[in-house]
Amino acid sequence: MDTTFSPEDEDFRALVRDFVENNLPPEYARIVAEGGYLNKEQLLDWHAILRRQGWLAYNWPVEFGGTGWGPVKTHIFDEEMARADAPKVLAFNFKMLAPVLMKFGSQEQCDYYLPRMIDGTDWWCQGYSEPGAGSDLASIRTTAVRDGDDYIVNGQKTWTTLGQYANMIFCLVRTSNEGKPQAGISFLLIDLATPGIEMRPIRTIDGGYEINEVFFTNVRVPASNLVGAENEGWTYAKYLLTYERTGIAMVGASKKKLTRLKDLFAEKSRSLSVHEKALLAARIARVEIDLANMDTTNMRVLASVAGGGAPGAESSMLKILGSEIHQELDSLIRRVVGRDAQALRSGEQAPAGATNAAGVYFNNRKLSIYGGSNEIQKNIISKMILGL
Amino acid sequence: MDFTHTEERQMVVDTLARYIQNEYNLSDRNDAAASPQGFSDVHWNNLAELGMFGVFFTEEQGGFGGSAFDVAAVFQELGRGLVVEPLLDCVLRSGHVLAAAGDFERLAKVITGASRYVVAQAHTTGDRVTAKQSEAGWILNGTAPMVKFAAGADTIVLSAQSGADAAQASFFLIDPTANGVAITHHDTFDGGSASDIHFADLAISSDALLGSAHHADTIVRTAENWACLAICAEALGIMEAIKETTLDYLRTRTQFGTVIGRFQALQHRMAQVLLEIEQARSAVINAAAAVNKSETDCDKALSAAKYSIGRIGTLVAEEAIQLHGGIGMTWEYEMGHFAKRLVMIDHEMGNADHHLARYMQFDLV
Ligand SMILES: Cc1cc2nc3c(=O)[nH]c(=O)nc-3n(C[C@H](O)[C@H](O)[C@H](O)COP(=O)(O)OP(=O)(O)OC[C@H]3O[C@@H](n4cnc5c(N)ncnc54)[C@H](O)[C@@H]3O)c2cc1C
Repeated sequence: MDTTFSPEDEDFRALVRDFVENNLPPEYARIVAEGGYLNKEQLLDWHAILRRQGWLAYNWPVEFGGTGWGPVKTHIFDEEMARADAPKVLAFNFKMLAPVLMKFGSQEQCDYYLPRMIDGTDWWCQGYSEPGAGSDLASIRTTAVRDGDDYIVNGQKTWTTLGQYANMIFCLVRTSNEGKPQAGISFLLIDLATPGIEMRPIRTIDGGYEINEVFFTNVRVPASNLVGAENEGWTYAKYLLTYERTGIAMVGASKKKLTRLKDLFAEKSRSLSVHEKALLAARIARVEIDLANMDTTNMRVLASVAGGGAPGAESSMLKILGSEIHQELDSLIRRVVGRDAQALRSGEQAPAGATNAAGVYFNNRKLSIYGGSNEIQKNIISKMILGL
Repeated sequence: MDFTHTEERQMVVDTLARYIQNEYNLSDRNDAAASPQGFSDVHWNNLAELGMFGVFFTEEQGGFGGSAFDVAAVFQELGRGLVVEPLLDCVLRSGHVLAAAGDFERLAKVITGASRYVVAQAHTTGDRVTAKQSEAGWILNGTAPMVKFAAGADTIVLSAQSGADAAQASFFLIDPTANGVAITHHDTFDGGSASDIHFADLAISSDALLGSAHHADTIVRTAENWACLAICAEALGIMEAIKETTLDYLRTRTQFGTVIGRFQALQHRMAQVLLEIEQARSAVINAAAAVNKSETDCDKALSAAKYSIGRIGTLVAEEAIQLHGGIGMTWEYEMGHFAKRLVMIDHEMGNADHHLARYMQFDLV
């Protein structure tokens, strides 16, 4: 049992910290610190900064142009990035589609698409969910029917995050109605500029715009855009989801948020009565303890995955813990900001103490819904780990 | 023991419910809530005409109700309809200040909806307004922060520190457009508005004093108790509305070939929501029953209620969004707006921790 990082790991941490300090534009850090999102141009600029350092595809193996880091280095990198309020790289490119292509895609697909993810040519979005298929993802109804060298796609996707910036979408489509619903699903790459595609914005509860619905009417997609084998898409889709979930553990981001919470508490709690202060302090202490415990749980899971890759059902555990802790932090920040949290940040003149705390809190209710809801994660744990 | 409403009170509630059902739709509500004033004059006038403002006051005060259960019943219904019009800030709270100060002439105009007064309580908070006596009257300095719906009021009823300490406070009637008053309006997250009101050497005449000098503190506290009861009742109404919507959703949303309400995991979550809302309902009843009791009993019951609805309200909002899945995260879906107001209620008049701490101080610590 040794819970310390090696001197080599610590050197690496210093290297990353130094890099971020010198290269992260303060404007981007400010946006992230306030719970906002970079626009497309800004994120691509940040991608370019990381690319020049060779750290953009930091979770990829060397042979595909990545860093080849193991889980510990990757973790340190994530933590340092979060600590500095650095924007996260586009997960759809680097953490979702790329691993699927590397494992199941053709050589041509890897050669063509992976470099385009790195050089900023392609911005991918995720076309899994449909109005009638959320938790029950296997019930998707968007169809792809083979017609010569093409598929013809019809149907609707929804909740498509950052679709407004994307030029490409990876979709789960139905190619067969035979057998179990899972058996007729394929994984298809679609260029959003193809005729017959319409993207419409969905406004979120906090008034923001980050999700969309996408309509497909007789959209012609070259059959060469199929990943792996026809009707095998479900396997690839699940593989991708375990990657998506690990990212959702958000240990680094939660640590950063905890720091912010404690700073805010130090600043704002002076006006509170001694007992109210103690009650709030107890809440903060509880979440700090939960987070410290979870940090180790996360490291244990990562350590058990020999040679990188993604954990299996354990990722469900991390997703539940990670999202709940993060949501509790948002809830506490909102509390600490107190009365001023009522004011809209985007309002004409927000009060000095306003931090969009309410907006971030509501927006992050999504954490326990997407990537497979926490209820679904518990179903997975019940079945896969508990054997119930 | 009787937990039913009187016939008159039930009629008022039914009238209000019908009005909301027929005339009050959420998308118009949201538009009005996002406007600079933060609510609709049309609905304001209609609600006044329906007699809703008189319900908060006794016959002696010029109204036709005035019991705590009247107040709670109306606000519960307003909550169910997510009514944004500031009956709490511009009628109930300010009306009770005017009544306690003996100004029934002004109160009468409040009850008809002709005048809108808003109370800016600034004699105890960290950001204080001080009133210094001058030859001609008073000079005011300081800031009253985050005064809800000041943007819609024609007169500010300011409680300022007029003597040596916070206990020495007086009410002043202030014209918001006067020189020396600077107001920053903020849109609020749940719709509506709140304002920081700054006073810089504002000179006012002695006429501006409401009631007698140095008597504001107890009056503010009484008015605050009414407001606290009202906001708790409003929260209860919102919870009921959210519960119904969520239940409907559980009964109709299909996943895995069955309605999601068939999943026991979700049934238990919803059962818990129901239990908690019933506890919140009882807390509001306890608070209403205590309003006219001794100061300690009243304060305790109100803190118990505000703590309960703060804790339970957040739970109900979070559970409702979660049980809806993605649709619960959208602006388009009405429930979310109820959830936002419900959570924001915990940011007004002291949150759950604040009231739990106050409760503890009565005889525990
Ligand atoms: C902000 C946001 C961004 C998103 N981005 C994307 C994206 O980019 N691409 C994409 O494809 N999707 C995206 N999603 C969709 C997301 O994955 C789905 O919302 C999620 O899978 C839940 O599906 P649903 O919304 O249809 O809810 P439902 O599946 O209808 O679930 C409703 C409720 O029922 C519960 N439930 C369902 N089945 C069970 C069961 N068997 N047992 C117990 N409880 C159950 C759920 O947990 C939930 O509480 C996003 C969602 C959000 C909110």
